[in-house]
Amino acid sequence: MQLKKSNKSKQKFIKNALSIATSTMLASISHTVMAESDWEVDSAVLFYSETDRVSVIEPVVSVRKEISDDEFLGMRVVVDSLTGSSANGAISTSSAQTFTTPSGSSYTAAANETPLDPSFHDTRVALNGSWEKPLSKTIKGIFSVNASSEYDYDSYGVVANISWDFNNRNTTLLTGLSYNIDSVNPVGGAPTGLNAMSASKTTQGSNLDKTVTDILLGVTQVISRDTLMQFNYSYGMDDGYLTDPYKILSVLDSGGNLRGTDPYLYEKRPTTRARNALYWKVAHQFTDDVLHFSYRYYWDDWGLDSNTLDVRYRYELGGGHYIQPHLRYYQQNKVDFYHYNLTDGSIPTYASADYRLSEMTTTTFGIKYGIEMDNGHEFSTRLETMNQSMGGDNKGPDVDALILQLSYSFDF
Amino acid sequence: MKKTIFINILLLLSLTSGCSFTGVKPWERDLLAQQKMQLDTHPLDSYLDDHIYYSKENSSGGQGVGGGGCGCN
Repeated sequence: MQLKKSNKSKQKFIKNALSIATSTMLASISHTVMAESDWEVDSAVLFYSETDRVSVIEPVVSVRKEISDDEFLGMRVVVDSLTGSSANGAISTSSAQTFTTPSGSSYTAAANETPLDPSFHDTRVALNGSWEKPLSKTIKGIFSVNASSEYDYDSYGVVANISWDFNNRNTTLLTGLSYNIDSVNPVGGAPTGLNAMSASKTTQGSNLDKTVTDILLGVTQVISRDTLMQFNYSYGMDDGYLTDPYKILSVLDSGGNLRGTDPYLYEKRPTTRARNALYWKVAHQFTDDVLHFSYRYYWDDWGLDSNTLDVRYRYELGGGHYIQPHLRYYQQNKVDFYHYNLTDGSIPTYASADYRLSEMTTTTFGIKYGIEMDNGHEFSTRLETMNQSMGGDNKGPDVDALILQLSYSFDF
Repeated sequence: MKKTIFINILLLLSLTSGCSFTGVKPWERDLLAQQKMQLDTHPLDSYLDDHIYYSKENSSGGQGVGGGGCGCN
């Protein structure tokens, strides 16, 4: 009996000891989880500068916090400050040309120079809030809201992404849906398309809307211990005011000179656009280095199609340092209604001379340096050059830009 | 024509590589778990790149959805 009592007492002691040990361990784990669920902060500042044209400074901060197991709240703030000149769409001529700004004043482009509107100066603020929530052991949802505002443009949107892991988490299916409502408030009102540029232009209102809907279906597949592949298809529909209210076209007479009356017309684009994209990405790790390769094929019902190749090779230098060369190649064919200029007497239903709708090739070369520190912080900087070369019937000049970015990530 | 060729290449790739997608066991995920092996290693880089190319070219989509609009003159 005594022995039994002693055994009971011993069992009680062991039970208590185990309880204390378990509690201590759980407290310790809990403390570790708490310690690991600090705020994650990503920050960056981008400097973008085109030769003789637009310059942009864009700081961005993103924070993320784990609020329970695998559930996160996040927020991103971006300020985007733009100054400089933008091509207005008119062609260069052998004599100086005078244009009307959206607010009704004027500016002059010298002879044989591409006309640039120097009145661009804007600051854009964009906010994003996100919620990552496990919906089951294998299904995760990411829901976010976006809002951005600039002087003549506001945008509000919602996004939902659902991913499902299966096949021992070697395969992930992803579906995404986003919906944006944008509001355009052009300086001086939205000009009536294909009407004459003038200080007393006819307008179609001052507050025009467009909606943008996107859906994405994708699959991510683990190929092997060191290779991952992703394949996506996305479909988008734009509906509403899709014209650029500040772009014009030159109208030439039969002799190839600017016509005498109303030589410049405001552009006009269709009010709907259906977009498609196929996207393929591979990440492969060599001994330590990692190669990221992606390819996108895009096409839409404006007649534009494009190919985008992107290659990044992360080369480990040791001690947490790395460099990453980057090459991006983009080639697009023009939309059906792109015209370098119009001809008097044959004005089409839709027309734009915006170089971004023309045949063109963009080539970007860059290099990034980064260091991952022992405390988990990371600093990186990248420097890239971008060249846009026009093709087809676009006789406009190249656009060259320099991109510099500094980034710092840390937890606290 | 280009579209057909592209779709055929992708179909061929998925058919020929489909048989070899064996995946990995949970204990073989050491490399895949690294930050540098994520499909988007630096989301802010991607965000800023998207903003640049959305403003300067005329294609969008493929990699993801949403992100907020801009006048982008």
